[in-house]
Amino acid sequence: MTTTATTPAEAGEGRAVGKNSPGAARGKSRRPGRIRRIGLPYLLLLPALALELLVHLIPMVIGIVMSFRELTQFYIRDWGTAPWAGLDNFKVAVDFDAPVGQALLHSFFVTCLFTVLSVGLCWAIGTAAAVYMQETFKGRGILRALFLIPYALPVYAAVITWVFMFQHDNGLVNHVLHDQLGVTDKPSFWLIGDNSFYALLTVSVWKGWPFAFLIVMAGLQNIPREMYEAAALDGAGLWQQLRRITLPSLRPVNQVLVLVLFLWTFNDFNTPYVMFGKAAPEAADLISVHIYQSSFVTWNFGSGSAMSVLLLLFLLVVTGVYLALTSRGRKAADA
Amino acid sequence: MSRIRAAAVGAATLSLALAATACGGGSSSGGGSNDSPKTLTYWASNQGPSIAVDKKVLQPEIDKFEKQTGIKVKLEVIPWSDLLNRILTATTSGQGPDVLNIGNSWSASLQASGALLPWDAKNFEKIGGKDRFVESAVQSAGAEGKDPAAVPLYSLSYALFYNKKMFKDAGISEPPTTWDEIVADGKKISKNGKWGLAAEGSNLSNNIHQIFVLAKQHGADWFTADGKPDFTSDGAVAAVKQYVDLMAKDKIIAPGNAEYAQNQSLSDFSKGKTAMVLWQAAASTFASQGMKDDEWGVVPAPVQSGAPGPDRNINSMVAGINIAVFKNTKNLDGATKFVKFMTSDEESKLLNKAYGSVPPVKGAQADPAFGTPSTSVVKDTLAKSAAPLPQVADESQFETAVGTAVKELFADAAAGKPVTTESVKAALTKAQQSMPTK
Repeated sequence: MTTTATTPAEAGEGRAVGKNSPGAARGKSRRPGRIRRIGLPYLLLLPALALELLVHLIPMVIGIVMSFRELTQFYIRDWGTAPWAGLDNFKVAVDFDAPVGQALLHSFFVTCLFTVLSVGLCWAIGTAAAVYMQETFKGRGILRALFLIPYALPVYAAVITWVFMFQHDNGLVNHVLHDQLGVTDKPSFWLIGDNSFYALLTVSVWKGWPFAFLIVMAGLQNIPREMYEAAALDGAGLWQQLRRITLPSLRPVNQVLVLVLFLWTFNDFNTPYVMFGKAAPEAADLISVHIYQSSFVTWNFGSGSAMSVLLLLFLLVVTGVYLALTSRGRKAADA
Repeated sequence: MSRIRAAAVGAATLSLALAATACGGGSSSGGGSNDSPKTLTYWASNQGPSIAVDKKVLQPEIDKFEKQTGIKVKLEVIPWSDLLNRILTATTSGQGPDVLNIGNSWSASLQASGALLPWDAKNFEKIGGKDRFVESAVQSAGAEGKDPAAVPLYSLSYALFYNKKMFKDAGISEPPTTWDEIVADGKKISKNGKWGLAAEGSNLSNNIHQIFVLAKQHGADWFTADGKPDFTSDGAVAAVKQYVDLMAKDKIIAPGNAEYAQNQSLSDFSKGKTAMVLWQAAASTFASQGMKDDEWGVVPAPVQSGAPGPDRNINSMVAGINIAVFKNTKNLDGATKFVKFMTSDEESKLLNKAYGSVPPVKGAQADPAFGTPSTSVVKDTLAKSAAPLPQVADESQFETAVGTAVKELFADAAAGKPVTTESVKAALTKAQQSMPTK
């Protein structure tokens, strides 16, 4: 890990630094060099670290502090005056016999189901498309570009277009499903009631799979062609090649991809908010909108923050366990 | 190596989780000052058919104000869907406009936050005195017994707009005055893709306005005298059921209306798809959507029986827009001057004329412009049969909780699920339980 060689330039600089720190001559010439070598990465990271603190950590700490206060409309103008609530906000949030806790738990389960389905579908569609796109054929470039459009579109514009398509009276979805194909007896509601879950899932998958496609496609470039050729010579069919070569080679890529998709989907606020507004239907009451409603719409920022902190803890645990498991798996594979 | 990996895993975990959940803001304190006397920021609510129209109406007046006082006003027209959020954000951060419009039903909630300048006698004196304004309009500017948090700017009430030709085609000679007549007429019209009445089932505020009036007509209030939520009384349940039944049982509202929240009911009305709509000032919107003024008529909103009047014959909320001064303003004198300008007799006439509302300023009401059919209905309703929404600090929560309950009941009705007294009561019980307990 450590190196002993010092170039003249480093030694010179080391002396300059060393003036302030009296010590052995040996230390003078070597320690500052080490400090510099070890310190440089930290120095380079400093701007990012400072911004990270400013943009993420400080607001989060404020959010955690807020969760212990009774921050309602009476105090929002001057937070400092809000009384400390102790664990009250948390107690209310996790009291699953009472309406607030029940609603939060319901929202949590809806979000879990939604996330599992959405991430699964995004990954499956993205991987399938990427694998098929490996073959060279006419128009491949155009198709690849076309596939990426949903990912490149601004979220609001894309989702509002879906809202128009999902409308009961004049929407394209009902026009096709009901008027043209006759799949349903009468036009369905997609933006209210129980179907809203499927509408939300559709938009989420539509929006998310191109990212999976993009990442998997990049991962596929790193698998040497010779492996497939060798496998083919050994008599492996397409399915076996996929199972024995493609998927194992994609493992490190997938590990990150699934984690990122999970966090994005679990926390997605824009899609449900643009689709349903402030009051999402129960069937599609994702946790991010639920927390928004618990703070902004009902003006109870303490309670909303408590729910945010619970969500943070949950995501920390999931992410930690996931990374620990997958890295152990990889270590085993390395060995 | 493994230590480094563990550290990396830890760092990655933390930073991903950080990215996942972040929430914050800044605190503020202190009152207004006169540090920047030459500029003002004004947040106007969206009163006309579009934001562009509002800018066209307001900009010339703002220019006039600048000429008179030398104060430059930066105008921003904010859609209703964003206005309350913007005000809340401004309140928490202390960074906001100097002068702003608020829906009068938010008055008490915002008053409780202390974000707005209280209009005590001294402040009212600066704009010509409290007596210049209509009493009921001032009542809807804050909780009883407190200095109002705002000054009335535009007054409105609900009225029933109907399509003359559709009524004639269905053989109806007189517009309805009671709910029974609305249902009877609606049934005559609701066939062949046409519908009797329009609703905005997913618009929480609109739901609240309708069921507030209906509850009054059933002798119920949504809050007890000491400000506690009372959502499950028989009258309240009957009111909500009656409203949702217009779709579920009477079938005079198109099921599709359950998902309306962006004034789609007005375009349906303008296009002749629905024959009646209960709305505040809709004339300019109809005109902008190509419906001529002589194609529609307007009468007072319905009652259960008899004629509109006080108590059980209330037929509208006191709707309206108030203008308020943000307490953190850096131009307190200028802001007060601007409120004085906007509520002057002359401006009040001009602006209310442009928006089809009625001036809450007594001196402006006599203008013949406010004798048109639609404004005289509004004027009469406000004078005789309108009541202000509950002026309690929890009003916003009430709008969210009960408005959502009604939205979900409409969703049930639209999907053909039964809407019963029990299901309405269950929905309202849930809404009441979600209200703050303190």
